Amino acid sequence: MTQQPLIELRHVDRTFKKGRTEIGVLQDINLAVHSGEILCLVGESGCGKTTTGKIMAGLLAASSGEVLYEGQPIQDHKRKAKSAYRRALQIVHQDPFASLNPSHTIGQILSYPLKRHQLVNSRAELRRRIWELLTLVDLTPPGDIVNKYPHQLSGGQRQRVSIARALSVNPRLIVADEAVSMVDVSIRISLLKTLQSLRDKFGIAIVFITHDLALAKYFAWEGRVAVMYLGRVVEIGSTPEIIGSPTHPYTKALISAIPEADPILTRSKRTLPLRSDEIPSLVNIPAGCAFHPRCPYFVPGLCDDAVPVLQQLNGFGQEVACTPLTRGMELKISEPEPITAS
Amino acid sequence: MAGQDVVLSVQDLSIDYLTRRGRLQAVSHVSFDLHRGETLALIGESGCGKSTLNFGLMRLLPKTARTEAGKIVYTDRQNRSINILELNPRALRRFRWSECAMVFQGAQNSLNPVIHVRDMIFDTARAHGMNNRNEVRQRALELFRKVRLDPDRVFNAYPHELSGGMRQRVLIALGLLLNPQVVIFDEPTTALDILTQRSILNVLRDLKEELGFSSIFISHDLAVAAEIADTVATMYAGEIVEMGPVNDIFYEPRHAYTLGLMEASPRLSVGREELEGIPGSPPDLVEPPTGCKFHIRCPLAIESCKTTPPQLERVGAGHIVACYKSNEVLEKGKALRALPATHLS
Repeated sequence: MTQQPLIELRHVDRTFKKGRTEIGVLQDINLAVHSGEILCLVGESGCGKTTTGKIMAGLLAASSGEVLYEGQPIQDHKRKAKSAYRRALQIVHQDPFASLNPSHTIGQILSYPLKRHQLVNSRAELRRRIWELLTLVDLTPPGDIVNKYPHQLSGGQRQRVSIARALSVNPRLIVADEAVSMVDVSIRISLLKTLQSLRDKFGIAIVFITHDLALAKYFAWEGRVAVMYLGRVVEIGSTPEIIGSPTHPYTKALISAIPEADPILTRSKRTLPLRSDEIPSLVNIPAGCAFHPRCPYFVPGLCDDAVPVLQQLNGFGQEVACTPLTRGMELKISEPEPITAS
Repeated sequence: MAGQDVVLSVQDLSIDYLTRRGRLQAVSHVSFDLHRGETLALIGESGCGKSTLNFGLMRLLPKTARTEAGKIVYTDRQNRSINILELNPRALRRFRWSECAMVFQGAQNSLNPVIHVRDMIFDTARAHGMNNRNEVRQRALELFRKVRLDPDRVFNAYPHELSGGMRQRVLIALGLLLNPQVVIFDEPTTALDILTQRSILNVLRDLKEELGFSSIFISHDLAVAAEIADTVATMYAGEIVEMGPVNDIFYEPRHAYTLGLMEASPRLSVGREELEGIPGSPPDLVEPPTGCKFHIRCPLAIESCKTTPPQLERVGAGHIVACYKSNEVLEKGKALRALPATHLS
């Protein structure tokens, strides 16, 4: 894509300090999100997907590397420009019970960002804008909602309020961090449809963070998926490519492991056997490819040596970080060891 | 199916909670039979009564709960029938865990953080009269091997030394310690990562084959139910609205709510999908709606749905449903399946 990305992470690392130990949560993340695009970050807990989302939303700084908003490093943005990018990047959190102030009404919750960023000039305009926002997220009739407190709403409705709040400042990117994982199956789809309609209407880019690949597939069929493992992106490409023809052993393992809402299909799935069930600790990330202690295709001396670099393979659209694959080697199950927990 | 191999028979069970606003009818008129070796999955949204039902089966409900009507008949290994609701406290204590065990969700909170895993095992065993520590230890180690844990390490560990997946396995092993006939799994894989969930599901499948216990599996995740269940029951607003063999429920659902759940569940290996959510939210069970409790959210509702609750009717071998529009639901489901869903390789 030649168009300038809305937000771009270049060689971003992020470490957290825990006591005296430094924990490298993200390593060398390179991601770009364009206007109106859907990018899904998927992976297991601790893989760094939320941290990546927070860095994109401007809630966390990168420990090293560059974050660019419209081609400009964000630290170069001053005052006005800073306020503009802050506004442009919004986040919807996972827990709809924790992310809304319980002692404020929905109307108040929605009015704060509007007033703070001086997006309305009069009370009448404020009211009109709140009404409009609630309608946009399908909380109708708005008059029934606006004076309610968060506890009077269901989880799905609360999440809609969170979306409305993110929307209030006319963002260009919404980071949805497991935004639907705490609501019921029946409510999820309509929430996702709301998000999709906002993207269609306003060209808002959406970074969708989830551990549920089936949901990612549904939501981002026209977008891209980045699979993360222990702080790195191991595979990235268009959704049909990643789901339909995964190449990285980790992606393959994930896809083969997911149960499906189809009894015959799910019982005939062949799971890729891993060498170990346990995710290594972030404090002690394995050398070379971080997945090598679990990878069924482990090549001794190669995978545990150099960190693989994201590369496109012949005949595949996506980029993948796997040394044997990028060297054109055929993946072979290395040890027919049964799964044992260490 | 012959009544002989029924391990647990729930008959017309209703459970209410006394709340400040009035009686909340959490479970109403639920009946089902659990056969030997069978896995029954209960699916439905949060608040549909699936957890209450299972706590009710073990009589673990809080004091505000009232078991208003019904019977829970358990058939023990000597083929004696026991009504759980009439057990005295002592017999009840024996029934719990040695006859019917429960594996709770959220393995983080279900293990005592200040004692070793081994002590939890010894405590459980001693409470049920197994005083030979060496025997108990052997049994525990064998179970740990079966759930694919490193037996010696885990036996002597504290819960915080174990990962979420390992703790869930410990809970499963603990549940099977006394060789119960029935095991209730309450969302056992919900808080787990994909790969961990997969290995737990595999462990459960192997264990079931090997040990032959019956189980009730609560899940809000249809995919997990599709994977593990023999029989699926859909619960809505405290009632079982549909129950049948797993393939019938998934491929030929007859209740509008079951179909709604299917339509809202994305399938990974099907390419682009059109999914539909279910509008609205579950009803208030203090003042449940009249007629079919689902009618407010149901796209197929007709006048009689609003006034007269539909009764469970048999529509196939072991397949029952309470829906006036079950034929339309069937047709709608078939049309949906027939759509050219692009299957991925």
